[in-house]
Amino acid sequence: MPVHNNNVGAFTRKGSNVQKLPGLKAVKAASKKKDEEEGVDPGDVLDEWSHGKALLKPADQLELTDAELKEEITRILTANNPHAPQNIVRYSFKERSYKLTSVVDQMAVHFMLEGSLLHQDSDEALRLRAKDSLSEETTTVDTGAEPDEDKPETPAIPVEDGGEVEEAGVEDRPDSVTSKTDKKEPKLTNQFNFSERASQTLNNPLRERSCQTEPPPRSNFSATANQWEIYDAYVYELQKQEKNKEKQKAVQSKKDNDKGKKKNMMMETQVDDITKVGNSARIFERMVNQNTFDDIAQDFKYFEDASDEFRDQEGTLLTLWKFQYEKAKRLSVTALCWNKKYQDMFAVGMGSYDFSKQGRGMVVFYSLKNSAFPEYIYPTNSGVLCLDIHEQHSYLVAVGFYDGCVAVYNLKEEGLEPAYKSTAKTGKHTDPVWQVHWQNDDMDNNHNFCSVSSDGRIVSWTLVKNELVFTDIITLSLNGAVSEEPEGAQQPSTACGTSFDFHKQIDYLFLVGTEEGKIYKCSKTYSSQFLETYDAHSMAVDTVKWNHFHPKVFISCSSDWTVKIWDHTINTPMFTFDLNAAVGDVAWSPYSSTVFAAITTDGTVHVFDLNINKYEAVCEQQVVSKKKTKLTHIEFNPIYPIIIVGNDRGYVTSFKLSPNLRKKPKAKKGQELPKGPEVEIAKMEKLLSLLREPEPSTL
Amino acid sequence: MAATGDGKKEEADYKRLHSFPLIRHTDMPEEMRVETMELCVTACEKFATNNESAAKMIKESMDKKFGSSWHVVIGEGFGFEVTHEVKNLLYMFFGGSLAVCVWKCS
Repeated sequence: MPVHNNNVGAFTRKGSNVQKLPGLKAVKAASKKKDEEEGVDPGDVLDEWSHGKALLKPADQLELTDAELKEEITRILTANNPHAPQNIVRYSFKERSYKLTSVVDQMAVHFMLEGSLLHQDSDEALRLRAKDSLSEETTTVDTGAEPDEDKPETPAIPVEDGGEVEEAGVEDRPDSVTSKTDKKEPKLTNQFNFSERASQTLNNPLRERSCQTEPPPRSNFSATANQWEIYDAYVYELQKQEKNKEKQKAVQSKKDNDKGKKKNMMMETQVDDITKVGNSARIFERMVNQNTFDDIAQDFKYFEDASDEFRDQEGTLLTLWKFQYEKAKRLSVTALCWNKKYQDMFAVGMGSYDFSKQGRGMVVFYSLKNSAFPEYIYPTNSGVLCLDIHEQHSYLVAVGFYDGCVAVYNLKEEGLEPAYKSTAKTGKHTDPVWQVHWQNDDMDNNHNFCSVSSDGRIVSWTLVKNELVFTDIITLSLNGAVSEEPEGAQQPSTACGTSFDFHKQIDYLFLVGTEEGKIYKCSKTYSSQFLETYDAHSMAVDTVKWNHFHPKVFISCSSDWTVKIWDHTINTPMFTFDLNAAVGDVAWSPYSSTVFAAITTDGTVHVFDLNINKYEAVCEQQVVSKKKTKLTHIEFNPIYPIIIVGNDRGYVTSFKLSPNLRKKPKAKKGQELPKGPEVEIAKMEKLLSLLREPEPSTL
Repeated sequence: MAATGDGKKEEADYKRLHSFPLIRHTDMPEEMRVETMELCVTACEKFATNNESAAKMIKESMDKKFGSSWHVVIGEGFGFEVTHEVKNLLYMFFGGSLAVCVWKCS
């Protein structure tokens, strides 16, 4: 009974309750007494019922005497709160010191409960009822709405009010039911322990999936069937059958053929598309190269070595473009030939001079306008040893191979195969073909060219329709040579031709250089004997060439380190130059009869101008490293002052000749060549008068 | 599925010569074409006087063999413009006076 021991009797904060306190105290005192009495009484009663049970007292209970028990202990309830502080001080700004505050709140609240009931006759209840009837809600008026409203009206102690609540609830319910009889009776929840629970789960998102199939392809067909159409079809079919003596399958196969043709057409048009792109790509390539090698192009056109003026005698070579093709790197340049019609274009034959390294070859065409990549590429199965571009029909290129074949490529035709090729049946050479040369068209206007080979034959090839027809011009027999040279005995019947050149003016006259070092002057009309034999070199004659201007003069070079200049009427050389290395090739310049260039295997280009210096080269320039690379061929451009030099690594390099190398001598020229023999050998003296007359042809 | 036109009497010689089936147009594969052609010939010979029955027979057989839906026109004179599934059309003449058009379109 803790409440009763407490000093403070106030249960609520309301002032009115405080006044009731004395009454309350009396009640409590009475109840206490009552409890004590009852505590004894039940024990007695129990004793009567069951003797086994005795009243138990806690061990520490005080034993009180009757007097003590009857003693009255007076407790006085005061309105003072014993816990309230008595010594609260506050700072007074007015007096500038701490002052004890006299007023202390003495009220202490031990328990408070706000009621939720509302008297049904009160204004609040009336108002709520009116509101409910308006909204026609079925909720019970008293329970739902009361908690907010009862505060001012119900100061009662909850225990006492409990009965009232029940009464009010009982009274209310019939009312609400009766007022809403026509409506569906709502399910009333237990107001004391009802709790509503709900949870919301995550809804799966909606997805839509669909697919559509492609309908089978369709097409339209229309025709008209009537008797004459049917008749015509049958008659046509019968005619066709009679013709072919075949049945319907023939028709079918024809349709198939038609389809095939269509496909071919498609292919062709596609190819055309690609070639269109190819053409523009080619133009682009040239533009790019023009930009990339702009400085070279400028040099080619405008640069003249100014130092030449002070050197007077000597000249230099200026390197221009270098041409190379990746796939031809391993091959050496075996032939060079400028295109006479398009002066920026030249052909390069690729192969190998090494007997043990023979394999594939290649013919490539470069243009000065595009040094990066060849214009045309023709791979061949055998090494190329020589080639010649036709002077008038520059798309025809004659090629001689190491395996003895000759072939003619037509640049106009598509494909990589030659347009003409000699076979064993059509008299191909049995040894490497060392030189080919286009001839003037024959009487039937057929193109023809000649070739020379190690097998000793010189053959004329004529292009007739789609085949090559051969005619042996001459077979190089050793004849008298056998007795003279022991080498001849080893090769009993024929000499090995290595080079030849046809006279510029006299159509039938030509020279043949041989492996034995001899040069033969022959005529197409006499196949049995030579007009002249020159005992020229001690090793194979690499090149023999007529002078471009002087009808009598030709030049020859050999691996025996020498270059010799001849008058074909005299069988001893007019000039002999020793270049201290094997001479691979020699070429007359197209602009001066006295200028020629030779290349030696040690990588040096020698340019001679006999008019300036009869003994030494006016230019001797090493253009590749001596050990690694050998020069193989040289060729003058017919128009521009440039030369191209090929080497055994597949490179072709172009050089510009400095002004000194192409000085054009004037009247002196005529005397120049005759002078040479004078100085050189006394026995040439008598030829001087002969040479002097035909000489002025230069320029 | 069948249409008939006015027939013309042809002389026996012409009939004899022109009796073979003549495929006028088709885009069928080889095997299918041969089968369809033989079916048409069989049907036309079986129902020589009744084009409708022949067409019905062809249509039903084709539906069975190659799946629906096939359409057949048999007649001596008619014009048409049809939409067909590709590789499923056959237009042929037979017996000198009949035109048969078989196509599939579902």
